[in-house]
Amino acid sequence: MIAAHGITDAEYKKIVQILGRDPNFTELGIFSVMWSEHCSYKNSKPVLKTFPTEGPNLLVRAGEENAGIVDIGDGLAVCFKIESHNHPSAIEPFQGAATGVGGILRDIFTMGARPVLLMNSLRFGNLDTPNVKRLLRGVVSGIAHYGNCIGVPTLGGEVYFDESYEGNPLVNAMALGIIKTDEIVKGKASGIGNPVYYVGAATGRDGLGGAAFASKELSEESHEDRPAVQVGDPFMEKLLLEACLELIKTDAIVGMQDMGAAGLTCSTCETAARGSTGIEIELDKVPIRETGMTPYEIMLSESQERMLIIVKKGREKEVETLFDKWDLHAVQIGEVRDGHMMTVRKGGEIIAEIPAKALADDGPIYVREERRPSYLDDAQKLDLESISEPADFNKILKQLLDQPTIASKAWIYRQYDHMVRTDTVFYPGHDASLIRIKGTNKAIAVSTDCNSLYCYLDPFEGGKIAVAEAARNVVASGARPLAITNCLNFGNPMKPEIFWQFHQAVNGMIAACNALGTPVTGGNVSLYNENPRGAIFPTPTVGMVGVLDDIEKRVSSFFSKEGDIIFLAGETFNELGASQYLAAAHGLKKGLPPRLDLDKETALHDFILAAADRRLMKSCHDLSEGGLAIALAEGCFNPVKSIGAVIDQLDLVTPRMSDSKSLRSDALYFGESQSRAIVSVNPDRKEEILKLAKEKKVPLYQIGRVWGSELVIGTKINLRVDEAKEIYDNAIPRRMAL
Amino acid sequence: MLKASVVVFPGSNCDTDCYHALKDVMGMDVSYVWHKERELAGCDLVVIPGGFSYGDYLRTGAVARFSPVMESVRKHAAQGRPVIGICNGFQILLEAGLLPGAMLRNRGMNFVCKHVWLRVDDTNNLFTGSLDEGSLLNIPIAHGEGNYYCDADTLKRLQNESRIVFRYSSEEGSTLEEFNPNGSVENIAGILNEQRNVLGMMPHPERATEDLLGSRDGRRIWESILAQTR
Repeated sequence: MIAAHGITDAEYKKIVQILGRDPNFTELGIFSVMWSEHCSYKNSKPVLKTFPTEGPNLLVRAGEENAGIVDIGDGLAVCFKIESHNHPSAIEPFQGAATGVGGILRDIFTMGARPVLLMNSLRFGNLDTPNVKRLLRGVVSGIAHYGNCIGVPTLGGEVYFDESYEGNPLVNAMALGIIKTDEIVKGKASGIGNPVYYVGAATGRDGLGGAAFASKELSEESHEDRPAVQVGDPFMEKLLLEACLELIKTDAIVGMQDMGAAGLTCSTCETAARGSTGIEIELDKVPIRETGMTPYEIMLSESQERMLIIVKKGREKEVETLFDKWDLHAVQIGEVRDGHMMTVRKGGEIIAEIPAKALADDGPIYVREERRPSYLDDAQKLDLESISEPADFNKILKQLLDQPTIASKAWIYRQYDHMVRTDTVFYPGHDASLIRIKGTNKAIAVSTDCNSLYCYLDPFEGGKIAVAEAARNVVASGARPLAITNCLNFGNPMKPEIFWQFHQAVNGMIAACNALGTPVTGGNVSLYNENPRGAIFPTPTVGMVGVLDDIEKRVSSFFSKEGDIIFLAGETFNELGASQYLAAAHGLKKGLPPRLDLDKETALHDFILAAADRRLMKSCHDLSEGGLAIALAEGCFNPVKSIGAVIDQLDLVTPRMSDSKSLRSDALYFGESQSRAIVSVNPDRKEEILKLAKEKKVPLYQIGRVWGSELVIGTKINLRVDEAKEIYDNAIPRRMAL
Repeated sequence: MLKASVVVFPGSNCDTDCYHALKDVMGMDVSYVWHKERELAGCDLVVIPGGFSYGDYLRTGAVARFSPVMESVRKHAAQGRPVIGICNGFQILLEAGLLPGAMLRNRGMNFVCKHVWLRVDDTNNLFTGSLDEGSLLNIPIAHGEGNYYCDADTLKRLQNESRIVFRYSSEEGSTLEEFNPNGSVENIAGILNEQRNVLGMMPHPERATEDLLGSRDGRRIWESILAQTR
């Protein structure tokens, strides 16, 4: 029975030591979920602790509360977090994804913040297979169902397709809320005698032990775990959201905590642990929606849309009246107690009694063994001499535009209401999504990013690039990066090779976070992402948040006016390893990913932000998958009106290479060298921007101009923009229609 | 100053957007009316905003029509005073019988959120009275059930009485099938009641009132209401 709960002998001994006796069945269940990887981070904590979490504007730091909070001035702050719902989505894509959105939203409004945007980072297998289409359709409609109904705009994010995610898709949902700095609510139980309220949906058997389910590998039998997937009700959550935010204004509560993973168990022991108090609840008072539920089931249920609220004694009536207005049932199920015990009763009888802090904070911690995987030796080897340059660059460009990873994601984001709340200024499809904050001049820019092929071939560099590119996207919109949240998706940490990937990727992220001054405010770890054939590509997804103090200084990602000069900022090298080009044109997922020089990256950011501040740029677009050719094509695909570009000065782009080899054409056109951007500028401002680039020590090459209705790049590419756009727009719809 | 009431049902989610557009952008005197209230506080214009009233679990708008506030909305309409229902608000007006017809799932079954073009096909009403017939408006839609349907007799009446105010079209005003985003009969995007004082429309004019948001064509509807009720 102990092993069936995923508890080791050593852990059991620790439990006996904490309790001074053997645990009963319910207590064993409680320890099992609280000490699962999902809740306790027992395998990842020693590594996570190394993330930089300090910064001048941090109001709530990583790990302190449900989500981190960063000051943005004017008495306002942003509260944001990204979280995974991978395993539920693999088994039941619609509900799995929907409840992922519901869960991350609760983390935000639990803090008192009004959720204003959602993003998501999705990974699937090859889109040409029927099962992947089913998963994509299910996940997208699940996200749409929840986000659209609750009325928080979903501003896109990123979607990658690769065989390694076959059977184990990734669904990482991010939410961001805005809060007045003096209205932050803590998930804390304080004030002995204060009543503990349960609000929201009744408790059922759905999601029983979901946290434990998330902490093991998926197998052929995983579909039998379907009861571990929760069912979402966005309407209920909308009522909860409005009621809770209204409640916060009344000052009648001392703490609030959502019931997410490990439900009632986690919310009671965490609030008590944070408040350094005891807590006592009576299960007979918990609203139940199924008959015959045992204490074990009630404590471990992960039914959605439930909140635990610690009310100030004497203010009960006020709280009940408010929830009544929203047709929500608020019931007192217990109270804050002296001491440090979490006491659970049923019909007055004590069912479980565990020291809250020991349960929440004293879980086991493991330093796992790590070893460099042997696949790297072969995978990193790439002899460029043996790769012949393609004869037809037009064909390669078309092939890349048709890659679902690169192509337009409109099929996906058009199913999301991305305009509700009337704050969305940059729609999905821009480098970063941008929302205004009404009543101020400020805007918030958000980007999610991770190139997992890079991480597979070099997790350190890949982790570094994930942070740097997310920041570059935010910078391209004119906003200053503030901080990140991350969702670390990896395989089974018990395998030393997987743990090595994890540790390396985190180290890479840390290097970039330190260089860019963007601390980590929190996030989530999702391990055990494997299917019967092996682990997923390491996927440390970054959610970067930036602020733009004057929204009038925002910068578009698209070309807009004929005659504007196009510049390429940054250096290009013979870097083809891990590129989309190499995979699409040569069938190779090999080589070292491009190298990222953090000094050059920060110089580029300084340059772009200064240029944005002086309004020197008409557009700015970061170079990533597919390199220069794809970035130029995307620049032409202005959603208002497509426009052409003529790039006739490519020969000026000279490589600064140590080995004095000349720059290969395929590397120039499709290589993914880092720290680069495409900038379009009104001819009047040409001298000014060149001077600025020199000051900031950023190489800036004038390569062409915005012109006509064709995309002409050097002598090798000449394609009508509408033809290119047709391929780009239809890549996903045409596959989904089959 | 024109007084507008924005009705709030549990699950409404464009209520604050309408409030912002009408008050902060258009300068109307706006208040929220909670669905449990029975009075509309002597307002001139009633706005039933978009969202998912009652979660839209039974059928879109099917539960909202029983809310106490709908009695007052009915009275307000019967007095010939203006009511505009947007998106879910349109669906509620259909369910309440204030407008004829019904909504089906979008053709293609998916929720659709994007900017579309609308052709103004009637101006003999206070919502478009200040516009020219054939005007083209760029206004976003965001719905899963906007595929308007009515029987042949109803459609004939709507046409004969010139009650089809907005049709989905191209940027040039063509109403060919390819410019129909949801499968609506006759590309219908908005219709009037017989007395021409109740308008239901799927597109969101409150989302198109500022340049920052990509279009301000929605203002022309609000401006028309302001001009016609002066």
